[in-house]
Parts: sequence; C-alpha cells; structure tokens
Amino acid sequence: MSATSTQVGAIARRAIVRTSRQPASIIPPLIFPIALMAVNAGGLRASTELPGFPTDSFLAFALAVPFIQGALFSTMNAGSDIARDVQTGFINRLSLTGLGDWALLTGQLAGIVVLGVLQVIFYIVVGLGAGVEFESGPAGIAVLIVYGAIVALCFGALGAWLAYRTGSGEAIQALFPVLFVFLFISSMNAPRDLIGVEWFRIAATLNPVSYMIEAVRSLIITGWDWQALALGFGFVIALGVISFALASRALRTRMTRT
Amino acid sequence: MTDGNGIEVRGLVREYKKGPRAVDGIDLSVAPGEIYGFLGPNGAGKSTTVHVLTTLLPPTAGTALVAGYDVVKDGPRIRGLIGVALQEAALDPLLTARDHLRLQATLQSVPKGQRGSRAEELIHQVGLVDAADRKVQGYSGGMKRRLDLALALVHTPRILFLDEPTTGLDPQSRTDIWNEVALMRREAGVTVFLTTQYLEEADVLADRVGIIDGGKIVAEGTPAALKAEIGRPSVHAIPRTEDDRPKIAEFLARFGEPLASTRDVAVRLKEGLGLTDIVRAVDANGIDIGDLELHAPTLDDVFLAKTGRTLDSAQEEAESAKQEARRE
Repeated sequence: MSATSTQVGAIARRAIVRTSRQPASIIPPLIFPIALMAVNAGGLRASTELPGFPTDSFLAFALAVPFIQGALFSTMNAGSDIARDVQTGFINRLSLTGLGDWALLTGQLAGIVVLGVLQVIFYIVVGLGAGVEFESGPAGIAVLIVYGAIVALCFGALGAWLAYRTGSGEAIQALFPVLFVFLFISSMNAPRDLIGVEWFRIAATLNPVSYMIEAVRSLIITGWDWQALALGFGFVIALGVISFALASRALRTRMTRT
Repeated sequence: MTDGNGIEVRGLVREYKKGPRAVDGIDLSVAPGEIYGFLGPNGAGKSTTVHVLTTLLPPTAGTALVAGYDVVKDGPRIRGLIGVALQEAALDPLLTARDHLRLQATLQSVPKGQRGSRAEELIHQVGLVDAADRKVQGYSGGMKRRLDLALALVHTPRILFLDEPTTGLDPQSRTDIWNEVALMRREAGVTVFLTTQYLEEADVLADRVGIIDGGKIVAEGTPAALKAEIGRPSVHAIPRTEDDRPKIAEFLARFGEPLASTRDVAVRLKEGLGLTDIVRAVDANGIDIGDLELHAPTLDDVFLAKTGRTLDSAQEEAESAKQEARRE
C-alpha cells in the first residue's frame, strides 16, 4: 500500500470514527428528509391525478428528493467538521505531518461518502418498505447507491471548500438556507412541464438540482432513462470538479507550510 | 552547529500584512541536546518564531536552519525530524488518546508493526493509561497537554518545539510536564525549543534563555549568567515591630547597600557575603528579627533591566492592547 493511500485511509478512518460518535450528524440526515417526504406525499397525493403526471404513486415520485436533501446534510457535515479542525488548530497538527493536501481532502470526505451511502440505503429500504417499486430493478438500486456516494462526495467538497476558505462553522451554517432555496426552486414536488407558474418553471429548468433529482426519479419510476441519468451524473460531476478545484486551492492557502 | 539536532537563525523577520513586525531580525543558535527557553510576554513574537521554525509560516526575511535544513526550501524534510506541540493542544474531542496516537503514528510514517507498541509506550510515559480509551472531550487541561506532548514524540523526533506547554495549567500538571521534558532530554538527547511566559519555567528547565520583547531578542544566556549580570542577591529582614526598623537597618547596612522597601528592611549583599554570615551576626549581636529572607536576582529582574518593565506589566500591556484592538 502506498504512503498516500495509507494516509487517506487513516484520515478517512478518523472521519468515520468521528461521525459514528456524533449521533447528531447521523440521525437528522436520515430522519428529516424522510419526514419531509412523508408530509409532501400526504399533502400532494392529488397531484398524481394531473394529466401527464408520470406515476400514480406520489411516494415513488417524491422518494428522489431525500437523496438530494441528504446531500445537503453531507455538505453541512463535511463543512462543519473541517471548520472545527481549522478552529481548534487540528489542521496545523495535520500540516506538521507528511500528509499531502490531496490525501487530507479526500480522506476527510471519505467519512461523508460512507454516511452518504448509508443514507441512500436507508432511503431505499424505507421506499421498499412503503411499497415503492423500483422500475430499474436491482441494477438501478446499485446505480442509486453509487450515485448517492458521488453526490455526497461532490456536495461534501463544496462544504470543504467553504470551510477551508472561511474556517468558520457559522459560515457553513449560513450556507444551508441557500442550498435549500435551490432544492425548493426545483422539480422536487412536480415535473417541470407541469409547473404552472412560468417564472418557477424557468427557474426549475435552469436549476441543476432539478436534473440531479430527475436522475434518481428516473431510476425509480421510469426505468433506464439515459438522458436523465447523463444530465444528473453530468451536473453532479461538474459540481464535484468545481468544488474539488476550489477546495484544493483553499486548502493550499490554509496550509501555508513551506 | 546546524548539523544533527541544532537550530541556527540569522536575521529572521516575519511581517504580517496589516500588522507590525512580529519577529524583527532575530539571531539565535540552539546546540544539539540543549533546552532553549524563549521567554517573553504575550505578543512578543514567540509563537510566530515557532511557526516559522516549524515550517508553518514562511519568513519575510532572514534564514533559519533546523537540523541543518532550510525552513523555506526543506519544509517536508524538517517536518519529519521535528516534534511540535503548539500553543493550543489541538486535539479532536471525539477521539481517544489511543486514536490520536495511532493516527499520528500513521501520518508520521511509523512502520505499521510498531504503531501500536509506540502508542502504548507513550501512553505509559505520559501517564494516561487509565484514560487512553476515553474521548479527549472529558480530559483536564493537564491531560490534554500530556497527550499533546506524546503526539509530538510519536516519531521519535530529533528536535522538539513546545509553544507555551504549561500555560493555564495547575502547578501539579506544570511540574509533570517539566519532568517529562527533562526526561526526554536526559534519556533521548532531544533538543528542545521551548517558549514560555513563565519565569520559573525558563529558570527550571532551560540551559539557555532568550528573552524576546517586541519581536527582538533583548538578552540571551544561561539563567545564572543573566541573573549574575543584574547583580548580587539581596537580604530582606522583616522587623517584629515598626520600632525595630531603624536598629535593623543600621545593623544590616554593614553587609551591603540598602534597598528601598516599605515591607521590610533590605540590602544588596556585598561581594562574597551570604545569608549565613548575616544569621551568625544576628545571633552574635542578639538582634531580634521576625524573619530573614535571601532573594536571588530573578529573570524578572533581568527582564526589568533590559526592557524597563516587569514581565507582569508587559503582559498587562499586551492584554490591554489586544482588548483595544478588539474594540476598534
């Protein structure tokens, strides 16, 4: 095993141990998205009677939302953990070892990916328990888990960037409402072509979060919609590339070692 | 000098963007195996110097060699040779001492087969056996400091940097840390660069002391030599009653130069005289004195002589300047 992979493993193990010892980091990302989904599914069930609505189960339609909402929690958790390391000086301790910048960033995000995968499995189990049928079958479920891991990694990198840049837990908390606005101005509660208010429909169409949700939704209610999957994966990976670039740069600035 | 475990600094400057020079052209040398105490009030430039020497901050000007390597060009190499405990014991509250030690051992490239035994050895060495598997969030300040020290030692460094290792600790914890540092030097021959704002700490631990104020080194030498520069010890007699004061003052004047004091009667001893000479004379002459004390010159006297203020007043000035800056 190379020195870098050993270091990534050590930092990842720390991230996972930390996460496992903070129930407050684990429970809200599992419970809140499911609770919101349950409320929406109860209140918006009649939407399925609209002509052109893609499924007769609003629960199946809404199950895609927790996948992205959980990712927002990933952003907050990654950002808060890293901001705490900056504030406590733990980042200086890490800087004084032979740890590489890239190993630190990926290691810190590894814990978030593990939590992201657990979240996705939990949402899938809840969905199956509530009688949702996954049109893409077991292979689609496997893709959903991989997608969940990538989403957690990419959104986590966004949180990491802000944490390295500001070193402030408060700044990370302030990001949460902003991300929620993106979630709400998306196709989370209705297919884009059925949104009646024009500005909302345009905003949802321009909002990348809509395509991230629709990729998940396609696997649940449609089957294999390659276009939806390409758009979903494409936007998530684009977000990841930008976030990783920004986070790497901010990390180098933060770790001003010679 | 700079080969092996030494430190060599010439004309070191560190400026911050919107501030004064935190370190203003210092020169210093630390010999292999030496404990060097860097003494000064808050804001004097101690921690900035440590950050530069440990490669966490690039210098603005000047050179610094640590174990023979340049802090600007050879950062990664230096980091592998030094152990560092910075001012804040930067620990993860959710990890245990054992978790911390294993993580640090891995990141410092301690061979896999030795990580567990090294962690165990250090847990015993710093007296954290009973708390090794408890989360750090429940540790006292002294326990955190001891763990911090253990973490700095994981990879058996040649040079150890300790930035105010006992600040805020109770006397017992402070003594424990002092014992650990002395033991490391004695048994492993580690060079120690120690910053402190405590006179006693520099006096007890350091082979040589550098006194820094306003980013400049104002005095340097062994504690004994620095104190000897200031002068001879003084004897302080406490009269039983105020009426005894003139008689005691007249008696003590035979032994040295009188010093101004409202609490007691004090003289700076003449060359070659000691407390025993006075005690014998007191007995022989039947002089009645409440108490008699010998005061050796302290590093505070040295600080006062070199900067015109005591270390305590310098601390207060630094503290009020900090509060003023916060208000602005």
